[in-house]
Amino acid sequence: MADETTPVAVAPAPTPAAAAKPAEKAKIEAPAYRELPFIPALQPGSMKDSRPYVANEKIQEALGFNTKLDDDWQVTHDVAIAKMGELLGQSRALKVFMDSCVHCGACTDKCHYFLGTADPKNMPVARQELMRSVYRRYFTLPGKLFPSLVGAKDLTKEVLDDWYTYFWQCSQCRRCSLYCPYGIDTAEVTMAAHSILDSAGYGEKYSNEIIGKVHRIGNNLGLPGPALINTLEGVEEDVLEDTGVAVKYPLDVHGAEVLLVTPSADFFAEPHIESLIGYGKVFHAAGISWTLSSKASEAGNFGMFIGNYEQLRKIALRVREAALELGVKRIVVGECGHAWRVAYSFWNTLVGIGAGANDPFAIQLQKQLDPNYRQPSHICEVTWDLIQQGRLKFDKSANDHRIITFHDSCNVARASRMGDMPGGQFEIPRNIIKAVANHYVEMAPDTIREKTFCCGGGGGVLTDELLDLRLKGALPRMQAIKQVADHDSVNFVAMICAICKAQFTKVLPYYGFKMGMAGGVHQLVSTAIVLKNEQ
Amino acid sequence: MSLFFALLFYAATLILVGGVAYKVYDYARTPAPLCIPTTPAPTTTGGVVLRMFREVAFFESLFKANLWIWALGWLFHVSLALVLLRHLRYFTEPVNFIIAFIQPFGMYAGFAMAAGLAGLWARRFLVERIRYISTPSDHLMLALLLGIAVTGLLMKFVMHTDIVAVKTFFLGLMVFEVNPLPSQPGLYLHLGMVALLMIIFPVSKLLHAPGVFFSPTRNQVDNPRETRHLAPWAAKFETKN
Repeated sequence: MADETTPVAVAPAPTPAAAAKPAEKAKIEAPAYRELPFIPALQPGSMKDSRPYVANEKIQEALGFNTKLDDDWQVTHDVAIAKMGELLGQSRALKVFMDSCVHCGACTDKCHYFLGTADPKNMPVARQELMRSVYRRYFTLPGKLFPSLVGAKDLTKEVLDDWYTYFWQCSQCRRCSLYCPYGIDTAEVTMAAHSILDSAGYGEKYSNEIIGKVHRIGNNLGLPGPALINTLEGVEEDVLEDTGVAVKYPLDVHGAEVLLVTPSADFFAEPHIESLIGYGKVFHAAGISWTLSSKASEAGNFGMFIGNYEQLRKIALRVREAALELGVKRIVVGECGHAWRVAYSFWNTLVGIGAGANDPFAIQLQKQLDPNYRQPSHICEVTWDLIQQGRLKFDKSANDHRIITFHDSCNVARASRMGDMPGGQFEIPRNIIKAVANHYVEMAPDTIREKTFCCGGGGGVLTDELLDLRLKGALPRMQAIKQVADHDSVNFVAMICAICKAQFTKVLPYYGFKMGMAGGVHQLVSTAIVLKNEQ
Repeated sequence: MSLFFALLFYAATLILVGGVAYKVYDYARTPAPLCIPTTPAPTTTGGVVLRMFREVAFFESLFKANLWIWALGWLFHVSLALVLLRHLRYFTEPVNFIIAFIQPFGMYAGFAMAAGLAGLWARRFLVERIRYISTPSDHLMLALLLGIAVTGLLMKFVMHTDIVAVKTFFLGLMVFEVNPLPSQPGLYLHLGMVALLMIIFPVSKLLHAPGVFFSPTRNQVDNPRETRHLAPWAAKFETKN
């Protein structure tokens, strides 16, 4: 069983914080499996010590946030409450969500972190209540008059510490929002909390450091241009050796038809890079000219995780600039869950990548992009369209050693779409898998599609000091995988998210699975696709 | 006492209508800066209207979440709606035939409403997770609603009230006349609690009623690639480039 599993070699997951404190928690183990569905008995305070490292002054300063909590608590208090008021005025969601909750309890057993940790503050309603109690105290009449009656609380240092602890135990996966009768989305509350914490000088090191790197170097992993060129040349050599076909992985090519924006983990991490190889093969086989960009060498946008619209926009702006500079006709996004949410749902609003705009800023780019294609497109949409047009050939038997299941990534499943029909984000990746492989199995119905369980590593918690949380949060997903592994001998979990891939690679061994069990949908495409030298 | 209740109901009505109107205005004026429907979501406005209807009329999301909460909650809300409709007979003369028709159903709904509330309240004691998240005001809210239901049923079945006089009182209020209210403790209690409920409505979790219509995860169309959703406060960033 999982308890006896020795942690195997650690994968090169893109967790910069890992370098700071290696092997600090060597004894972290996966929780024991339980039968699905399960609802644990409460263990108050069981996760009160799980906190990510706090960003240092340099990291905070680079993003224009307060560098640290003020020595005078009143100052920090006032900054935080002022920021909260500002956000309430900017976001209808936050305002409505603060007022609407009736404590019905529908969400209480829906969060993977609650199911895995049993800490009651990981129940979505209780997590929201951390903020709602402060909201009531400062922004509602009953909270000002009768605080204890309505559960209103002053913002104290202890309360803000609780925020930092538990709002960094939410992966913004939105599973609770699916079940809430008022559509209250804890992700929105968590983002607001992160934003308030940042303003107060209480930022998370992992996310804020990464955002700093995007601005300084161009991607989350801090790979400079020359390193990218090296990597891509290496990939070209490997593919030539494997297939005998000269597939190109171009960078900064002006006039290419497609700009591919992909998570930077795709450039070097396993199994991510296998999908990058797959994208290139698809473009090669279809004869579509494409390019990567050194300026926009990152699809990920951690501005969403910290709930900061300006950062969200500033990071997305790189993609707009790269598209304008390179003169591309189409923008395609690689396998990354939250990046697809930002691209699909937010890019049009943030930087005018989309359609239907009537303002000069957005029209400038929208004139350039080809309206015959969805802008932006997901790489899975591109591949599936090509498959339907008969432009790709596959040898499905090449994947016969794999019995495959598909893990729906939360941001794709519950915060975006693919294709023209609602739910296309579920059908299109599955259709691709079935087109390139013979053995496909679904996990339990309550754990897939919009009911999917988070991998446990999303939302800015993919850092080594939170490994305990990540292992426990992965429990529901691992349980579902174990069912199909035991019953159907599933040995490959396909997914379309860089964070999921890194998290699975790290977590699977603790649960007694092989690290290589996790991989991308385009890894499967890459295995089966039939290439010709002459296009 | 009649004058007291007359003033109380004028004040309560003013607070309820004014308070909820202000809240609705406040929700409506606050922009939703990003497109955040919980997907899969409808891609047309018609689809969203349908989704909202299923949500409001049948509590679709709650049904998916938890059958017990759904059953008790839906029973309570539907019963409450029937009971409220039944009470329209105190405010209209002549009484609309539909209101006349539902009178017996509204009566049974009184029991169903009390049963639903009792069940919801029981969950706050019996289920560990819900006990953990319950605040004193959650209990008081249920006590208040249950109190209204029980005093109403008592007046119907145990200690009758001169409902003709009650009707005269409320019809009078609507034309700014204060007619005598029957002096009966049950009625005083019932009306007092109703007025209290009206007063706390705009500052309590009862705001879920208007709130659900403004929830962006439910009321937005899934069309971000086709339409640009730009909040006024966010548009200012573009003038900087």
